[in-house]
Amino acid sequence: MLEMEHTPGYELVRERQASPATETDIPRELEEHSPTSRHPPASVLNARRFSRLSSRDEQERTAALEALTQSVLERVENSARLERDILLQLLRVSRSCPIPDIKERAAELLKRAQEEGVAIPQALSSGPSAFIPADEILEEGAGQDVMTEAFLSMGRVDHVTMVMGLHPSYLNCFLRTQNALLQLDGPLPLPWRHYIIIMASARHQCSYLVQLHSFAFLQEGGDETWLKGLSHTPTKIQRLHTLNKLLAHRPWMITQEHIQELVSPGAEPRWSFAELIQAIVLMSHAHSLSSFVWGCGINPEPDQSGGHTFQSTAQSGLSPLQQNNGQSDSPNRQEWSEAVSEVELLMERMMMVQQQEEECTQEEMLTRFERERSESLLEPAEGVRCVPPDSISQFVPEPDFSYQDFSPRGEQSPTTMRAQDYSWEDHGFSLMNRLYGEMAQLLEEKFQVVYALTYRTMAMHTDVDTTTLRKALWNYIHCVYGIRYDDYDYGEVNQLLERSLKVYIKTVACHPEKTTHRMYTSFWRHFRHSEKVHVNLLLLEARLQAALLYALRAITRYMT
Amino acid sequence: MAVMEKMTRASSGGMISGRTMFCHLDAPANAISVCRDATQVVVAGRNIFKIFALEDEGFVERLNLRVGRKPSLNFSCADVMWHQMEENLLATAATNGAVVTWNLGRPCRNKQEQLFTEHKRTVNKVCFHPTEVHMLLSGSQDGYMKCFDLRKKESVSTFSGQSESVRDVQFSMKDYFTFAASFENGNVQLWDIRRPDRYERMFTAHTGPVFCCDWHPEDRGWLATGGRDKMVKVWDMTTNRAKEIFCVQTIASVARVKWRPERKWHLATCSMMVDHNIYVWDVRRPYIPFATFEEHKDVTTGIVWRHQHDPDFLLSGSKDSTLYQHMFKDASRPVDRANPEGLCFGLFGDLAFAAKESLMSGEVGRKPYAGGDRRYPIFFFKKPDVTEQFAQVSSALSVFETAPGGAPMDWFIKTARRYLLSGRPFAELCEHNAKVAKDLNRPQVSTTWTMLRIMFSDPANPSSSSNHNLSKLGNLPLMNSFSMKEMSSALTERNKENRQDNIHNLDSNLNTTEDNEETEGSEGQAEYLFGDAELDDDDLYSMEHENQAAEEAEFSLPQEAFPLRHEIVDHPSAPEPLTEKPESPHVSGSEAEATCLTPMESFSLISVSSSLLFPPHLPPAFFSPVVIAMLRYYAEQGDVQMAVSVLIVLGDRIRREIDELTQEHWYMSYIDLLQRFELWNVSNEVIKLSTCGAISCLNQASTTLHINCSNCKRPMNNRGWICDRCHQCASVCAVCHHVVKGVFVWCQGCSHGGHLTHIMDWLRNSTYCPAACGHQCEYT
Repeated sequence: MLEMEHTPGYELVRERQASPATETDIPRELEEHSPTSRHPPASVLNARRFSRLSSRDEQERTAALEALTQSVLERVENSARLERDILLQLLRVSRSCPIPDIKERAAELLKRAQEEGVAIPQALSSGPSAFIPADEILEEGAGQDVMTEAFLSMGRVDHVTMVMGLHPSYLNCFLRTQNALLQLDGPLPLPWRHYIIIMASARHQCSYLVQLHSFAFLQEGGDETWLKGLSHTPTKIQRLHTLNKLLAHRPWMITQEHIQELVSPGAEPRWSFAELIQAIVLMSHAHSLSSFVWGCGINPEPDQSGGHTFQSTAQSGLSPLQQNNGQSDSPNRQEWSEAVSEVELLMERMMMVQQQEEECTQEEMLTRFERERSESLLEPAEGVRCVPPDSISQFVPEPDFSYQDFSPRGEQSPTTMRAQDYSWEDHGFSLMNRLYGEMAQLLEEKFQVVYALTYRTMAMHTDVDTTTLRKALWNYIHCVYGIRYDDYDYGEVNQLLERSLKVYIKTVACHPEKTTHRMYTSFWRHFRHSEKVHVNLLLLEARLQAALLYALRAITRYMT
Repeated sequence: MAVMEKMTRASSGGMISGRTMFCHLDAPANAISVCRDATQVVVAGRNIFKIFALEDEGFVERLNLRVGRKPSLNFSCADVMWHQMEENLLATAATNGAVVTWNLGRPCRNKQEQLFTEHKRTVNKVCFHPTEVHMLLSGSQDGYMKCFDLRKKESVSTFSGQSESVRDVQFSMKDYFTFAASFENGNVQLWDIRRPDRYERMFTAHTGPVFCCDWHPEDRGWLATGGRDKMVKVWDMTTNRAKEIFCVQTIASVARVKWRPERKWHLATCSMMVDHNIYVWDVRRPYIPFATFEEHKDVTTGIVWRHQHDPDFLLSGSKDSTLYQHMFKDASRPVDRANPEGLCFGLFGDLAFAAKESLMSGEVGRKPYAGGDRRYPIFFFKKPDVTEQFAQVSSALSVFETAPGGAPMDWFIKTARRYLLSGRPFAELCEHNAKVAKDLNRPQVSTTWTMLRIMFSDPANPSSSSNHNLSKLGNLPLMNSFSMKEMSSALTERNKENRQDNIHNLDSNLNTTEDNEETEGSEGQAEYLFGDAELDDDDLYSMEHENQAAEEAEFSLPQEAFPLRHEIVDHPSAPEPLTEKPESPHVSGSEAEATCLTPMESFSLISVSSSLLFPPHLPPAFFSPVVIAMLRYYAEQGDVQMAVSVLIVLGDRIRREIDELTQEHWYMSYIDLLQRFELWNVSNEVIKLSTCGAISCLNQASTTLHINCSNCKRPMNNRGWICDRCHQCASVCAVCHHVVKGVFVWCQGCSHGGHLTHIMDWLRNSTYCPAACGHQCEYT
């Protein structure tokens, strides 16, 4: 009730319009306090207040900030209850907002609340990633303007953005694509898009993305009951399950029949091509982004569960994760020199690969490809069978379905896809351009940027041509997904990628949920974190492209 | 038929005959090529490499070149070419980067002659020199082109395209030393075979990869290119800069393009994805294919004209594992099925309509073109051309103008010019705009403005200006409370009425046209026009005539009428409908001369009602729903000008209530209209005042300021004040010698300048440059 007097008239009307469901509930602000509020949940309503902070209009931002301050102070002073959500949002803003005024004000408000005896939450993590020290990200991260833009367009700067900020030129086109995928015009309704992301990232047990998009899903006016699980959604969404499952784990199994099932006139409720292609891009995007999240050890956002605690941690100092970091960052002298020699060795090999004119038989080439493809690297991790956490399991029917190592040589190994027969540049783009034009352009740009991304550095060396190394990474990931380049000698992969790196890559690409901090630290020990993130970017895009190629090929086959 | 074929044979000098036929291959084909005498064709693909003889009755397999127990990747062909001089010589490009030559004259089963493995990536294309026996050119994914002398074991020269992926290479037919290469980044390069160090010429032909190129067999300067951007372009290479002379837009990315022999303007294309047909285009008629071959079930991957002097036989291979010979006479001609009709609105309400002559001549009561008529039939005839086989179509074009003197869009221009959108207090703006509307005889609009002022002005501080309307109407609080509901219901009622009119009009349409002696449109034509749903979208005409639509039962024009109908009614012979006006319960939106309801009267009519239902002091937000309804009403009526103007003037009072997309749509429409009328200033003002992000950034798009350093005269790359190259501060004030941060003013003659104030001071005393360069600076 208090709040009402401080909000200008039009503000009220706007809020009502934005949430038609509440239009009939006249004393809405009463409900806000009751624990069993009807939808949209109170958290969403509170979040709207924060979303005004990311308006492009500076005056609007200032006004929103003032309004927020007033309402919080009002409550604090009248010792009214401050909702958990508000506190968490404040915490998030105080930690990640790139606009200094807002950031400081949020911190101030929290402090003020604490002084008044409110239990305020503490962020559990020191930075966006559990693997990378926070200060390194801050130091080398993208400039203020990129972050501000991200904040204004998405309403928050999430951890993924911050980590990707180590490569600003990529971040730029990543954000543009993501924005186009989730916000701009498209055949699917906005809440649906978030829901598809939720169900896709749940396949990889990526609770980070699930929570992030559950929140966004509600904010876009999605039906809360859907979040209870896949079975609460319309059949149309449920029908995506098979495709989602295959795209996530075994995209080579997608056939034209899968497409036909969804789009053929007999199938009701039926997916249109335009909708389907958007859903496919969304799903592949979410799968590969899950790989990135796991691969870089992205921490939960402060406002997500697992990202904060209401117990005071001021005394305890560092969280266990941070302590871990501290240790791994100072290897002893011997390890250090070992790592240095590793880098030297890699450099040498790269030179060798570039110069070698070795001839080998086709037979040998094929063997090399098959060897890379079917090499099983995951034995040690196999023992720990991950069970999806409760918060996610409802989105994951058939949790046992996962990536399968190709059986060594011969029987039942799925046919390889020849990159020359179905490539993104020629075929994938042309089809995508026809069905979802703007996305084809954006993806093309993204692939190009990531493929060409280089700083010509390697660990402590500068001015190195890393083309062969990047190509080996890219082709190895495609190889793991069964795509073969006729003109590539897979012996190079073996020479350039050390075993620990291959273990890491294969884990992140195929079973991202099994990635551990150990894996992350054990490869390329002397390399910089930004270079490891670079590997993850290559991984993300190569995986995305592979999945898209299989899906698009199935569509092409269906269409012809 | 047989005679005809004989004649063809005789004329082309070859010995070719045949029919449309096909054969199944075991695997998808990637490329095909014919031998010089047109008797055999080679098909190559990932899993196929065979030679077929072209017999009269069908294809006969002659040779399988894919030998060996476990065929190597060298057999996996991306491209194949048969030498045009040496009939035993073939070359293939393999996906693993090998270039292989084959000699059919070898006595053993394996015909492989040479193997070049110099390319690191897939080879996309091989090409023999048209006249030189031993010269072979290849283009690869690794960005290199290599020229091989077949008498040697290695390439003789390597050409670096400086970018990745060569998609096609083609020797020029006429220039011995020249070849063209097309690239994945959209560029086309011209090389001299003797100069491997640098290309002779480069230009950007397409956005995205250029998949193919082909030199014209006769005209030495012409190069056709096809790209992923779905275009086929023909370039004239004889001029200094490659000039695009023709452009054909297809429906899918273009995989291959081949000029048709003996037909100067024809070329054949096939596409990379989705579309399976082969098209033959006349480049002068780029909108419809001249001929189409629709036999393939999957994408066509290779096309080749069977004989280099015979335009009638086309061979094609496809992913559907078939090889076809197409006869030109069996091709389907899309133009025969096309309806050559077109319709377009002009800016000032003119309507142009083109249709087949035959259709138009059947019209009833059509009048010949006379000087005073508003209809100008224009006839187009294509000149008969012996080689040109396009069905000849002559169309009649009719242009309907709006009646002279009606000048229907005048109000729009005048309003746009005279409206004030910002810079004064809200009340004054409204008042001014109301007056403008009134001057232009648009009482409804005028009334709306007045009402807006009353609704949103603070009742406590009445506007300082004295409006005579206002003063007559008494105290403000009362005004504030007149029932808006009444108003809006009137509007909706009226909307409904108009809808009915619209429907009704379909029936009465015929009568109307016959009534009017000026009408020339035949029934068929009129119906056609009427059935076109797009016409309802025409938003320019709604405002000016709606009153007639609303009042006149006999004429019962659709309220979103289109110009054809309009001008008919507009004509002086039509009775003036406005005389009945005073009875109208509506607020009039008439543009006509006779004003009947002054805004004042209409107010009093409405404000009589329930003034006591509401408390006298209503917050402005109370009116929002009704104002929004009003804005939507205007926008729907097509008067987007009103909607946008009100939106801007009300600003924050209303804009939050309407969703961004709608606002953006209105802004865009209005700006578009303004720009069509070349009202650039107004349009810029609107852009500036808009609050939509998408709109206000319109002004910022494609505006780049290029700055040169004032010391070294080189372009400045980075932001900031230090030049990269000379490491000095650029933009130093010539007067105070400090760096200018902020407004920098400089003389365009000598490029010296500085702080605005300093320069102004300086120039008060001197006309020469403060930097003592001796220039007489001029500032405007």
